[in-house]
Order: sequence, then C-alpha cells, then structure tokens
Amino acid sequence: MRVLTYAEAVREALRQALADDERVFLLGEDIGVYGGAFGVTEGLLTEFGPERVRDTPISEAAITGCAIGAAVTGMRPVLEIQFMDFITLAMEQLVLQAAKIRYMFGGTARVPMVLRTPAGSGTGAAAQHSESLEAWFAHVPGLKVVAPSSSADAKGLLLASIRDDNPVIFVEHKLLYRTRGEVPEAPVPIPLGVAEVKRAGDDVTVIATSVMVPRALAAAERLAADGVAVEVIDPRTLRPLDAETLVASARKTGRVVVVYEAVKTLGIGAEIAARIAESEAFYHLRAPIVRLGGQEVPIPYNRRLEAAAVPQEDDIVEAVRQVMAA
Amino acid sequence: MRVASPDLEQLVGMLRTMLLIRAFEEKADELFALGRIHGTMHLSLGQEAVAVGVCAALRADDYILSTHRGHGHCLAKGADPRLMMAEFLGKETGYCRGRGGSMHIADVRGGNLGANGIVAGGLPIATGVGLSIQMRRTGQVCVAFFGDGAANEGAFHEALNLAAIWMLPVVFVCENNQYAMSMPVRRAMRVERVSDRATAYGMPGATVDGMDVVAVHEAATSAVGRARAGGGPTLLECVTYRYRGHSKSDRQRYRGRDEVEAWRARDPIARLRARLTADGALTEAEADALAAEASAAIEDALRFAEAQPEPDPATLLQDVYA
Ligand SMILES: Cc1ncc(C[n+]2csc(CCOP(=O)(O)OP(=O)(O)O)c2C)c(N)n1
Ligand SMILES: [Mg+2]
Repeated sequence: MRVLTYAEAVREALRQALADDERVFLLGEDIGVYGGAFGVTEGLLTEFGPERVRDTPISEAAITGCAIGAAVTGMRPVLEIQFMDFITLAMEQLVLQAAKIRYMFGGTARVPMVLRTPAGSGTGAAAQHSESLEAWFAHVPGLKVVAPSSSADAKGLLLASIRDDNPVIFVEHKLLYRTRGEVPEAPVPIPLGVAEVKRAGDDVTVIATSVMVPRALAAAERLAADGVAVEVIDPRTLRPLDAETLVASARKTGRVVVVYEAVKTLGIGAEIAARIAESEAFYHLRAPIVRLGGQEVPIPYNRRLEAAAVPQEDDIVEAVRQVMAA
Repeated sequence: MRVASPDLEQLVGMLRTMLLIRAFEEKADELFALGRIHGTMHLSLGQEAVAVGVCAALRADDYILSTHRGHGHCLAKGADPRLMMAEFLGKETGYCRGRGGSMHIADVRGGNLGANGIVAGGLPIATGVGLSIQMRRTGQVCVAFFGDGAANEGAFHEALNLAAIWMLPVVFVCENNQYAMSMPVRRAMRVERVSDRATAYGMPGATVDGMDVVAVHEAATSAVGRARAGGGPTLLECVTYRYRGHSKSDRQRYRGRDEVEAWRARDPIARLRARLTADGALTEAEADALAAEASAAIEDALRFAEAQPEPDPATLLQDVYA
C-alpha cells in the first residue's frame, strides 16, 4: 500500500471531502497561499479556489462562530485553529454555542463542523504553542474529540469527522506530521468512538493517545525482547470513549498503564483509569493502574527540560516494568 | 437608498405584532410572578418597535440571531405564540422541547436561529450564516440583534470586521436600550453612538429612533436591501428603552422613575396607534379590537401550553448529539 506522511494523509482527506461534497469548505488563518502553519493545506487553494479554501483574519472567536453559523445553515465547514493553544480564544463559541445549540434548541438544529488543530510539545515552541487541551473538550457533552496517532487514522478519522453531524475537535500532533504510514487511497472513513488495538499482547495493557502511541509501540518492542507481551491500545476518539475495548483488555492482562501527553492531573488518562477501576475489570487487576502524564508545569523551552515535561519511551518501559513487578 | 414607505396594511400588521409581543410579555411577567415560569426572564417591553420594524423588512426565509431579550424577535419573525408559551412552561411540545426556555428560545424552521444566553454570542455565528448564504447563493439575509452592552465585547469587533471584509449579507442591529444591566451606555463607551463604530469596519452605520417602528422599518429595509443586493453588512443602531428591569432580579437602583416615565411617553405602540387613528386608517374601536385580539391570542396560547405534556425524564439525554 501507499505510504503517506500524517500531514499528507490529513490533506488527502480534506481534498477528497472537498471534491465529494460541495458543502465542505475550509477556513482558517493562513491556510491558503501559505498552506497553513504546518503546511497541511498546501496546494488546496490552487485546486479548490479561495471561496472554499478561505484565509481568515486572526479572529479565533469569529471564525469559530463563522463555522458554527455556516454549519447550522447547511454547510460542512472544516476550521483550522493554527495552534491548539489559540483555541482558548474560541472557548465561548465552542463550548457555549457549538456544543449546546442542538440540545438547547430541542434537537431542531445540528452543527456539522470540524475544528482541526495541531497540539503538543516537542518542537521547542514553549509554553504558549505546545498545549494539549483535549481533555477540556472531552469534558463537554455535545462535542466529539478525535486524536489520530497514525497516517491511516488521520485520514479515515478526518473523513468520518467531516461526515459527522456534530461539532468535532480533531487534534493533530505536530510531531506526527512527518511520520509515515500506509494509507488506503479510497476515501474510507474510520468510525468515531472505536478504539484500536495497535499491538496485541497478554501481559500488560498500555493505553496511549496521539504521539504517545508510537512511543508506546517502540517501548513494547523493547519489552518484547525481555519477554513482556505488551498490548497497545489507542482510543483514537476521546469523546465518545470506547471504554468497552479498554476494559476488555484490562480484564485480559490485569495490568494497565495509561500514557498521555497532557498534564497528568485531570487529563484524559484520569478518565480512562477511572472507567477501568469502576468496571468489572477491577477484580482482575494484579497491580494498581499507572498513569503516565505530563508534568505539572507549563511546557519549557530548553530541549532537555521540554523532553522531561512529558512521557518518553523510556518512561513507558519503566512504568511497564513497575506494573509487571507488582 | 430611499425606500418606499410601508403601506397601510403593513402598518396595521406591525401594530398587530407589537401588540402581540406586549401581550405575550405581560402574560409571561404575570406567570413568572405566580411562580409558573422557572428561572429568569428578560422582558423587552418598550422595545417592540425594533423587533417588529426590522423583521417586517425580512423575507420568511431570512435568518435572525436573537439575544437574551429575545421574545419580541421571535414573535416578530413569525413564531407561533402557542409553541413559545409551551416552551416557557417547560413543555415537551415547546419550540425547544422544554430544554431551552425563555433565554434559548429558537424557531429554527422559521429562521430564528436562537436567543443567546451569552452577550454577543450570536455575532460570530451571524457571520457564518452570512457566509453560508453567500456560498449557497440563496439571496437570503441574516440579521444579528445585540445590545449596547454587547458592542463592548471582543466578539463584536471580530464579527463586524469579518462580515465587512467578506461583504456578508448580515445586518447588525444594535438595540441600544441605554443600559447593560446597570451600566449606562455613556459610561461604557466614549463614542456618542454605537453606529459611529461602523466607520472603523468600513461599513455603513446609522442610528434611528427605536421607539418609532416606521423609522426602524425604513432603515432596516434599506440595510436589508443592500445586503441582499451584495452590498455587504450594515450596523444599524436603534435607540430604545426597556421599561422593566434587566431581569427578574433587578431592583433598578441605577435609574429614576422620571426617566422611565419620560420614555414611556414615547411608547412605540401608542405612537403607531395614534398615527393610524389620526390618519383615519383605523377607528378607535378598530384599534381597541386589535389589542383585544392580541390578548385573546395569548390567552389561547396559554390554554394550549397548559394542556401540553411535560418532558419525560427518560428523554433527558436525547439530542445532545445528532
Ligand atoms: C458574556 C456575558 N457576560 C455577562 C453576561 C451577564 N449579562 C446578561 S445580559 C447583560 C447585559 C447585556 O446588556 P446589553 O447587551 O445592552 O443587552 P440588554 O440586556 O440591555 O438587552 C449581562 C451583563 C452574560 N450573559 N454573558
Ligand atoms: Mg442594553
């Protein structure tokens, strides 16, 4: 099969959605000639023109509201927020408007929009350009939150998000943009709300999100050499969360490590750990659930400090050894 | 653009709608006092001419975005008072299945994309409605109502700029009712008029007497016509007054009785009625009959609403997602 980078996979999903459905259009800051801050929309302006690949002024609240208004009246906008950090300027429109319109209006309206945004640290962009805020949105009924970890998932999940009739926050990871993977050419959506077992194993379950998935897979490879069979699961959608798949694996292995980049306290891993602890899998646990999350600190600039602020491959290996020893 | 004055039939129609809004809100006020309406409420008594004058300039398929003070907008856009009253009583068959209430009243099929509990919350959304109209090439127009207080939110700036650069078919209608809760306009902005700000966005701005439905209608017709013709957005400020407190918790310590009385003397309904009777277009008896008709319609709405079922708690989680 063809190999694409994660960024190319996102672009291909956008291109196919634009070609397929005239209601789909893109808007965001510098997504036209510039191609987006990370080059994701490169070339789409030439292909689809400035009406459907629409550069906006730097007005995060207004362009988010703009996507909402267009969605409510029959369009399917895909909005790019240049860095996830800047979503804070659009919180009201997302949380109080997009998420609630349908419910408040008794089901008489729908808001089929996607907000794509690059998240995460590791690029030296420091505290205001490295946020991982997905848990904020996963806390809000009415929103869906998707976080792909591979090229194939990026494409399939984005196609599904664009076809979904609800507001979807689509969290891309900056460090994943250049990673490569096989991607089917056909526009095949991957259903939202379905986790994927990325590597099967019987000894320990590692539940990882976004950029932590490739790190968990690398850790699993090293641990296999020591005879530890790690099962790596990517929830892929954080809201709705496919707890069933996670619980089934926890029940099977009896050992769980949850890995995520966002600040550990109250991050998505807290919810995942709680779902498992509340479930029947609890009786099968052979060790306490371990959460590996970001340190309780803004993301620092210095390369070594930055790396120390979020879980790395070594930390995952270490955590797995710890639960295996328990 | 000069616009033709409304004909007699239109004027009588506007009087009828203003009377309906007034009767609705007076009834809602009464029901609230009796504890039959839950939560809070923002009455627009005194401001009827703005909702009616603007909506009378719209087509049935045009859109509006309303505010927390939105009962008048909703009725003026053609909502059924029965379904509105059912919503106020929290009934399953109300416009929002009892999930929205007064502050989120919406009649999506009728083009009212909703009242809003967030000051200026509708302004960014209006740009998207305008963009969608422009891209679908339907020739519709979107009106975004907002208050004087909303004009000081950042969303106002972003939305007006966006609408202006893209020449969106949006009319921004500011209901300057002199206060944002307790904050008088003159203490909240340095400029004399909200419409002075239009220049900053490169769009036309106008200020009209919001107690005169004919003046509002004329200005709105011109702005709506420009938007429909591809001429872009307008900022239309209607100077008006709310007779009642901000919401149900307001003790009105920030204004005197004299001020309220002075504005009441300019009442938009009395004014149009006087004009129509003076012109001989309506007799006093006919004008009285219109008012009685409005009250009867609201009584009927209440009877309807009272007979409607409550939502079943088993349906609590419905419609969070499509
Ligand atoms: C973002 C936000 N801030 C504050 C409030 C509380 N609040 C509700 S209405 C209001 C006054 C709004 O004034 P204005 O825009 O002039 O509208 P009016 O009430 O006069 O119709 C305030 C402060 C709110 N609902 N939303
Ligand atoms: Mg006001």
